[in-house]
Amino acid sequence: MARFIIRRLLQMVVVVFVLSLMLFFWLRSLPGGTVSAILGERATPQTRAALTKALGLDQPVWVQYWRFVERAAHGEFGTSTRVLPGADALDIFLSRLPATIELSFFALLLAVVLAIPLGYLSARRAGSPLDSGLVVTSLVGVAVPVFFLAFLLKYQLAVEHHVFPVSGRQDNLSCTRVTNFFVLDGLLTREYDCSVSALKHLVLPSLALATIPFAVIYRITRASVLEVLGEDYVRTAESKGLTARVIRGRHVLRNALLPVVTTIGLQTGGLLAGAVLTEKVFNWGGIGNALADAFEGRDYAVLQVLILAAAMIYVVINLLVDISYAVIDPRVRTR
Amino acid sequence: MTLKRTAPLVLMTAAALSMTACAQSERDSGDGGGGSSDVKDTLTFGAAGAPELFDPLYATDGETFRVTRQIHQGLLGIKPGTADVQPELAESWEPSDDGLSWTFHLRQGVKFSDGTDFDADAVCYNMERMYNQKGAGQTAAEYWTYFFGTFSDDPEGSLYKSCEAKDADTAVIDVTRTTSSFPTILSLDSFSMQSPTALEEGDANNVQAQGEGFTYPEYSMNPVGIGPYKLDSYDEANKTVTLVANDDYYGDPPKTKTLVFKIIPDETTRRQELEAGSIDGYDLPNPVDWQGLEDDGNNVQVRPAFNVLYLGLNPEKNPKLKDLRVRQAIAYALNREQMVTSQLPEGASVASQFMPEAVSGYNKDLEPYPYDPDKAKQLLKEAGAEGMSLTFAFPTEVSRPYMPDPQKIHAAFTKDLEAVGIKVKEVSKPWNGGYLDDVSANGAYDAWLLGWTGDYNAADNFLGTFFSDLKGNDFHTSVMPWGKTLSEDLKAADAIVDEDERAAAYEDINKRIAEEYLPGIPISHSPPALVTSEKVEGLVASPLTAETFDTVTVAK
Amino acid sequence: MSLPTPANRRKERVDALAATAATGPGGALLEAGSVDEKPGVSLIASAWRRLRRDPVFLLGAAITLVFVVLALVSPLIAPHDPGANLLIDKVRPQTNPVPGPEPGFPLGADDVGRDLLSRLLVGSQQTLVVGVFATLFGLTGGLTLGILAGAFGGWVDSLVMRVVDVLLSIPSLLLAFSIAAIASRPSQLTVIIAVAAVQVPVFARLLRGSMLAQRHSDHVLAARALGVTRRAVVFRHMVPNSLAPVIVQSTLVLAVSIIDAAALSFLGLGNPNDRQPEWGQMLGRAQTYIYDSPHLAVYPALCIIVVALGFTLMGESLREALDPKSRR
Repeated sequence: MARFIIRRLLQMVVVVFVLSLMLFFWLRSLPGGTVSAILGERATPQTRAALTKALGLDQPVWVQYWRFVERAAHGEFGTSTRVLPGADALDIFLSRLPATIELSFFALLLAVVLAIPLGYLSARRAGSPLDSGLVVTSLVGVAVPVFFLAFLLKYQLAVEHHVFPVSGRQDNLSCTRVTNFFVLDGLLTREYDCSVSALKHLVLPSLALATIPFAVIYRITRASVLEVLGEDYVRTAESKGLTARVIRGRHVLRNALLPVVTTIGLQTGGLLAGAVLTEKVFNWGGIGNALADAFEGRDYAVLQVLILAAAMIYVVINLLVDISYAVIDPRVRTR
Repeated sequence: MTLKRTAPLVLMTAAALSMTACAQSERDSGDGGGGSSDVKDTLTFGAAGAPELFDPLYATDGETFRVTRQIHQGLLGIKPGTADVQPELAESWEPSDDGLSWTFHLRQGVKFSDGTDFDADAVCYNMERMYNQKGAGQTAAEYWTYFFGTFSDDPEGSLYKSCEAKDADTAVIDVTRTTSSFPTILSLDSFSMQSPTALEEGDANNVQAQGEGFTYPEYSMNPVGIGPYKLDSYDEANKTVTLVANDDYYGDPPKTKTLVFKIIPDETTRRQELEAGSIDGYDLPNPVDWQGLEDDGNNVQVRPAFNVLYLGLNPEKNPKLKDLRVRQAIAYALNREQMVTSQLPEGASVASQFMPEAVSGYNKDLEPYPYDPDKAKQLLKEAGAEGMSLTFAFPTEVSRPYMPDPQKIHAAFTKDLEAVGIKVKEVSKPWNGGYLDDVSANGAYDAWLLGWTGDYNAADNFLGTFFSDLKGNDFHTSVMPWGKTLSEDLKAADAIVDEDERAAAYEDINKRIAEEYLPGIPISHSPPALVTSEKVEGLVASPLTAETFDTVTVAK
Repeated sequence: MSLPTPANRRKERVDALAATAATGPGGALLEAGSVDEKPGVSLIASAWRRLRRDPVFLLGAAITLVFVVLALVSPLIAPHDPGANLLIDKVRPQTNPVPGPEPGFPLGADDVGRDLLSRLLVGSQQTLVVGVFATLFGLTGGLTLGILAGAFGGWVDSLVMRVVDVLLSIPSLLLAFSIAAIASRPSQLTVIIAVAAVQVPVFARLLRGSMLAQRHSDHVLAARALGVTRRAVVFRHMVPNSLAPVIVQSTLVLAVSIIDAAALSFLGLGNPNDRQPEWGQMLGRAQTYIYDSPHLAVYPALCIIVVALGFTLMGESLREALDPKSRR
């Protein structure tokens, strides 16, 4: 097991290294770039040349890459040029991460809370109209473009009926920041109105982001429960005359939930992609939003760090999922 | 720049351990205690982007200036609602006879928001500070480079020469040549007066190039200037900038005590926030929303157009364009009238020259080329350019006040050009993804869409920007016989001290550009707007988008 | 590399499919001309029998059929030229940004005076093109990598799978918009390529998984023992046997591609040339007008949703029909 984990970690290092290389060369092969993003219409040949030189962008790409690696070795991952000029790119990532985690957490929570009971229900009544209806509904959720759904939610619940706020993470209550997890911060500092405001802001984006994980978790739950219901030990339990509740709790759910738990883990990584769109629509100050900003302003340093860090999170989550696979299911061998 | 951020995990654990003791609420219970009046004490305005920093010398974009304008003032200011200068920290000024030495009489009894006195020494400190930028600071001080040229290590190229404090209330600034731009440019936000004490303490000039970006000193996040407001906080996590009234301000205190800029990049979201009542106004509403916003009771203020959209032509890339008849044919072929009425907001107009009417030197006698496809065909025939092909470019991922939807404008003109037999090759690139480089540095297109919004009221800021630099301009006028004349005439006109004489010179140049040179086709002037809810009063829209918010009230 | 290492939803789905194809009776599914011909046929037949009665599949198939037919005939039935600015003179940015319905224009026009109904009808064509080509490109890329890895194993496998890991480690949409952005001239083709690139690692993993599982299966070993060349084993035995999950996945990818293309347009990275309408692009561009003329966004959005749903319903029920576990 330990060897397996070490090997995977080593692989991760390789993956991240290759990715950083690709990313670096790719970004610099893009036309335009930082200089033109900063100067805009005002660019003159002189200012353009001066800025290119000052930013070191006139050097050959491999020289730039070598410098990047050197600095990275010292824990400096570059300086933002547009998202928050002058700030360290890693700082930007760290300060934006809580927003994305908060959003993803609530989206996942919502998905799980809805998907597992409904998936179980579907499986128990497999083939019923309720089941078919739920299956189709979950698929509709997947078929609706996230940004369109987000807009509909916003329009109906925030603009037409002022049930939830339109965008952002919190009203301007001059809340004290501790962790940048706004809900948690409010609890810690006892500024409960801050937490409430943050929660209200969370509802719509979480809902929009939850559709895809909901569909996936729902379907896995359904399939998994269906499978377990057909297993011999459940039939045995039934024939032993155990009460339905005991069967459900001890036999069906416990066994059916294993793949579900794994799926939930996997969805965490997948949420990042959806977050780009959701955060944009709801003006949510997280990683996805920073990515879009950095891209528009050709903020190379921030782009690099955000993508690399996102990839690393992804890889680590996968590793954890694989480990949990191995732990839960001894049939999976770690060779 | 050191940002006040906490290591989330460590603090989270610490805070969780001592739930109460460690993480005390830091805020004062200030929100609306003594609310006896019928106005709110907070104004929330939707900004389209995040500010870069708060030291305007190193700032480059409008979203930053929107904030710094509230906390910093310069020697000269902008008269609300116009593009004209008015006294601000200097009460009056006069040039020497040769126009090379300017004496500024300063407003008395003014203090920076940290209590430092504002006097002639402070003025000279600021001028010298800007002039003496070193290393990365020079590159970061982009507006200085653009308007003043070089720095103290290369005095030859600098417009600024020296500054002398004659007495506490009189500062004399010497320049190296006469230009219509000086002292007008001192009204630009970048050249605001900042507290010498704070600049010194905050190590304000310490800009360093570090790994493809610049790091800025602490001062850039803790600015000290003179203005109705001062910076309270920039909550990057919640995307809000909060300003509070500056108690040391010499003028009337702001009518609304707290000013909040909520950063909302997406336009639709800004409108939704306004309709939901969570912001009181926002800048640059989409023209298609104006009617709907008004119908909902909001107040859409249309600024006078202070910009120009043009179709640039590059005769070096496509030699057929060297023939005046071909360029005129293009002007006749474009149905600018239809484009303006169907795509630009009310108040937009077809352009007859490369600058808007408000600028002195505008030639009122010029008429735009009318839409006349037959004439265009005939001219093309005469020039032997029937069926010529033209690479015509537009930018994506961008919307500018003068060009709300480049793709649509481009599509309309492409049809017009094809209708007179020109074969159009469509090209598009992202605005920040090579478009500007291709237009300027690479000269990659035969024809392209671009425009300009004026910084201040001077013809040189328009015409000079386009055609003064013979070698480096986008229109490649250097390959045309008249290119050199135009460049020299523009420089000469800019140096004329007498205003009327200067205006006459520019009027003549405008006429020649339209009739004899036609280096590109001026398309339109388009007014940007500003929207506020019905509760907001007292906001004066500025053609330079240089609004100040201290006169604004928000009803409860 | 024996662990099932699904990385996300895509991967998860893929591995499930690979398992379906490679193990159990389903693995012998398409072994036509191979040893167990009879069970294979009966399996297909039984799958088909069940699909024929499955309302979910029928609904999906019906939607797909209508969509494809529409794409083929729409230029003939569209009332107007979708690229002609027929009502441009009625467009006024403030008072009438989007001309409403009038005789001959049942849904009105778009923001530059083009007939909306015609654009929606003809839009099916480019939408189908985007979906089909993105899937084909993704499939081709994925097949090449997957076959390389699966056929050779060893260091080729390791190398290919590391590349795939790198691709998979970038969130899908990010990868797509990176590629769309790198194109110095955005066009329909760059959109297709961007959307397809996301699918390459998915297909690669799918193929490799199912081929790897077969490397030690009886029929491959038998073929090897009989002295059949590697190429023949790979292309006659292993690839055909892996096709079922690939076909299922393709159906699902079609839907995803159409939605992803719309997302790219939404982010401003779509095809800037809109003479040939495409639903995703129409939806992306309608954002500007979404407040006062929501129908401009709603119609193409509904089209996308229905078609994506059609493909998804079909794909999911196909998968279920082919999955031996879900048969009961």
